Order: sequence, then structure tokens, then C-alpha cells
Amino acid sequence: MSHDFGPAVALSCRECGARYPLGPSFACLECFGPLEAAYEFGNVTRADIESGPANIWRYRSLLPVPADVATKPNMNPGWTKLVKAGNLGQALGLKSLYVKDDSGNPTHSFKDRVVAIAVEAARTFGFHTLSCSSTGNLAGAVTAAAARAGLDACVFIPANLEAAKIAMARVFGGKLIGIEGTYDEVNRFCSELIGDPLGDKWGFVNVNLRPYYAEGSKTLAYEIAEQLGWRLPEQIIIPIASGSQLTKIDKGFKELVALGLVEDTPYKIFGAQAAGCSPVSTAYKAGHDVVQPVKPDTIAKSLAIGNPADGPYVLDIARRTGGAVEDVTDPEIVAAIKLLASTEGIFAETAGGVTVGVLKKLAESGRLDPEAETVVLNTGDGLKTLDAITGDDAKPTAVIRPSLDAFRAAV
Amino acid sequence: MSVSVRIPTILRTYTGGNAEVSGEGATLRDVLAKLDSDYPGIGARILDESGKIRRFVNVYVGEEDVRFAEGLDTPAPDGTQISIIPAVAGG
Repeated sequence: MSHDFGPAVALSCRECGARYPLGPSFACLECFGPLEAAYEFGNVTRADIESGPANIWRYRSLLPVPADVATKPNMNPGWTKLVKAGNLGQALGLKSLYVKDDSGNPTHSFKDRVVAIAVEAARTFGFHTLSCSSTGNLAGAVTAAAARAGLDACVFIPANLEAAKIAMARVFGGKLIGIEGTYDEVNRFCSELIGDPLGDKWGFVNVNLRPYYAEGSKTLAYEIAEQLGWRLPEQIIIPIASGSQLTKIDKGFKELVALGLVEDTPYKIFGAQAAGCSPVSTAYKAGHDVVQPVKPDTIAKSLAIGNPADGPYVLDIARRTGGAVEDVTDPEIVAAIKLLASTEGIFAETAGGVTVGVLKKLAESGRLDPEAETVVLNTGDGLKTLDAITGDDAKPTAVIRPSLDAFRAAV
Repeated sequence: MSVSVRIPTILRTYTGGNAEVSGEGATLRDVLAKLDSDYPGIGARILDESGKIRRFVNVYVGEEDVRFAEGLDTPAPDGTQISIIPAVAGG
């Protein structure tokens, strides 16, 4: 049976280049390396893209999806705002700064992009249940997308996640299973489940559907370039959990150049981690090309992956583009959430605190060119990580009786 | 020293489709050597040319990722469960 994945023609191993037919497989039989979609792009023009819908399907000819994807029931994520952040830029001494604000997606995180691609793959392969291992945002994105697509859902999370992420993943129906352990243990569990009859006909978006799922992150690169007027940004700060998003944004930029949709101008990619889970940053600073796994301990739970599979590729990209990988502490994350909120009116989740915190750190240490066009990603919504806002920050400035005298006294 | 080894789907061609096989050895290195003599070729899928665990393979002895323990020298006591799992990610 032939599957319609649009311009995608095969899966190829990122490590050794071995090629496989398009199927629900994710690891190379030769070397265990990750499989990626390989394409034969047709002639894609700016006009074709611009005439498409205001969501990721405007880029369908660059993604592993059928041409009629926009007619199927899915969440239609993407085309989120690229906010010109003049106030934040001024605070940090950066002349041209933008926030790509992915909290505007249907379930308020960038995960809707990747899940939308995975849903199409699940449909194509005839899977009946959509599943994932999740640090939180993904679980909600999967249960919502499954509800809309008419699929069953069963998602797995570390049991100690933020209450808002748990409620959000539950409200869309399906099963939500808390695992007593870290994300890495949840991931391991899912890898074992996938090889068991229990998990037969299940599409694990970030395991057996990962070659398709991961491509969804390229749409961040496409949108940023298109929203900048078909230009590549000169500097971009991207959060690192597994490292997949960062590697796919780089891939997206390279594809735009190869297809002649943007000019081939240099860009620097900076990766951002929380100090409490910074295996990639640690390896970068030590000059290593392998990543030693860690046990995470940070409020940035959506980035708390101690054994990031794409870590080595992130190191390659940061070094190749002249960027860096940096990390910030939990207090710096909270301060950055407040800085972004008070300068630009954007309430970021902890992962956005990580990117803005790293942006600040890089700017202050002179590692960013203050004249260069810079984009910082906010991948999720602050309402999901309210735990980060505590003490006086989570209370009214004052509580008074409804009288002018009381107000005068209070302010 | 008998241990149980969980085999991922992509290596089950070597084990006749079995998801779980028994193994033997004092350390993970010994267990993998014995595994390769029982199922010729499987060792080269898990270890690279220099004999190190491949970059995209995670091996667990009991609950512990061996990269946190002593790698290939991690002891494999009687009755231990060893799992070989492809590295995947995406939170």
C-alpha cells in the first residue's frame, strides 16, 4: 500500500544515511540513528505559500503531508505572531528584537505544530490511538488533536507535572497516565510499550511517528523568515529540551535557502537551557561533542529532559553557525518571565523564561551583536506554569476598602 | 549469573522475534558478548567499531541508565533485567 506523504519520499538515517521506505519507524536498523523525512521538493514559490491558509498548511509543500491536508479535521496550528519587541530590546541594548510567540497556538504551546504532522501520519498508517511521552505541553496537544481527529488518546507524563498541564491534558478526554519518575523514565517506558502487543496500532507521536512529528518544528523557521519579509534572522535563541526543535529550525532555514525562497545570509543559532537541566550547555562549554545525561531539577519542566537525543546535533549547529549554548538558573528564569511580561505584555511559560533569560545573559556578556536582527522564541503560555510566579508577585499590589482615602494611603 | 535482556523491536530479527532473551555475564560487557555469540551480529548493532555503546542506544541495567553507572563495566547480578532501547526524544 502506498502512503501519501506529499513531497516526502523516504526516511533516511541522520547518522549513516541509510534509506528506508516511509513507515512508522524511527531508528536506523544499521546504527540506531534517528530517521528523518527525505524529500523531493517541487518548484515552491513565495506566491504559492502566501496564497495558503493562515496556519502551518501554507507550507504543506515542504512537509510530509498530503496535498489536501488542510481539508482534514486537525488543529490548524501556526502562523503565530512575530512581535516586534522594542521595549525589551531597549532594556537589553538590542536594536532589532522580535519575540516569536507560540503561546498563541490552539493549546498554547509550539507542540500543536509537531502534533498536527503526527496526526496525519497516524491517519495514514491506520493507527487508532495517539500517544506520547510528555513533559506536559505535548500531552495536551496530543489529547486535543486526537479529539478533533476522532482518534483515541493515551498519553504518559511524569506524575509531578504542573496542575494546569495535567488539567489541560485531561479535559480533552482520552487517558492520561502519570508515571512515578522523570521524563526520561516515561520515555523509556513508552519505548518498551511500543514493542509490546499492548501498544499495537498506537501512534506515539514522539517515538514511532517522530520522523514526521519532528518536521513540524520547521514551520517555526518558515514563519519567522516569511514574517520578517522573506529574510533569515541574524541571531535566534531557541530552547533545548530534546534538541529536536533547534535542529529542525536550522533545517528549515537551510531548505528555504536551497529552494531560493530567501537569500543565503548567515545566521547564528543559540540554544537555551535551564541550569537545573543543562547537559547540552555543559557539553558545549567543555568543548565536548557528546552529551553526558543528567537528572533534571528545574522549574522549567517542559525542558527537563536529562538525556536529550538530539544534543550532539545541537552542539554541531551552535558551533557551525557561530552561536552558543547557554543556561540560566531558576531565579533568572522567573526574572526573565517578569521582564518579558512587563516590557512586551507577553506572559511566557518557564521555557520562555529560559530563552529570554539566556537572551539577556548573552546580550550582557557581549555575545550578541546589538545591531543584528534577533529573534527569541517563546514556546508556551505562562498560564500553564503559574507555579513559577510566587509570593508578592502572585498577590495584588494592595488590598483596600473601596474608598479614595484608602487608595491614597496605599499608593 | 543469569540475566534477562529486553530486545527492542528493531533487533528482534536477530532473536527470532523474541522480545526477551536470557543472558549471562558478570558485567554488561560480558552479557553483550554472550548475546552476540547466541545471536550473531546483534553485538555490532549495539556497539560501534571501537566497542563503545552507540550514540543513539540507551542501555539500562535494572532501573539505571548505564551512562550514569559504570558503562560497559556495570555489574549484572543474577536476576537483573537489562533493557536495550533506541534513544528518542521530543517532550
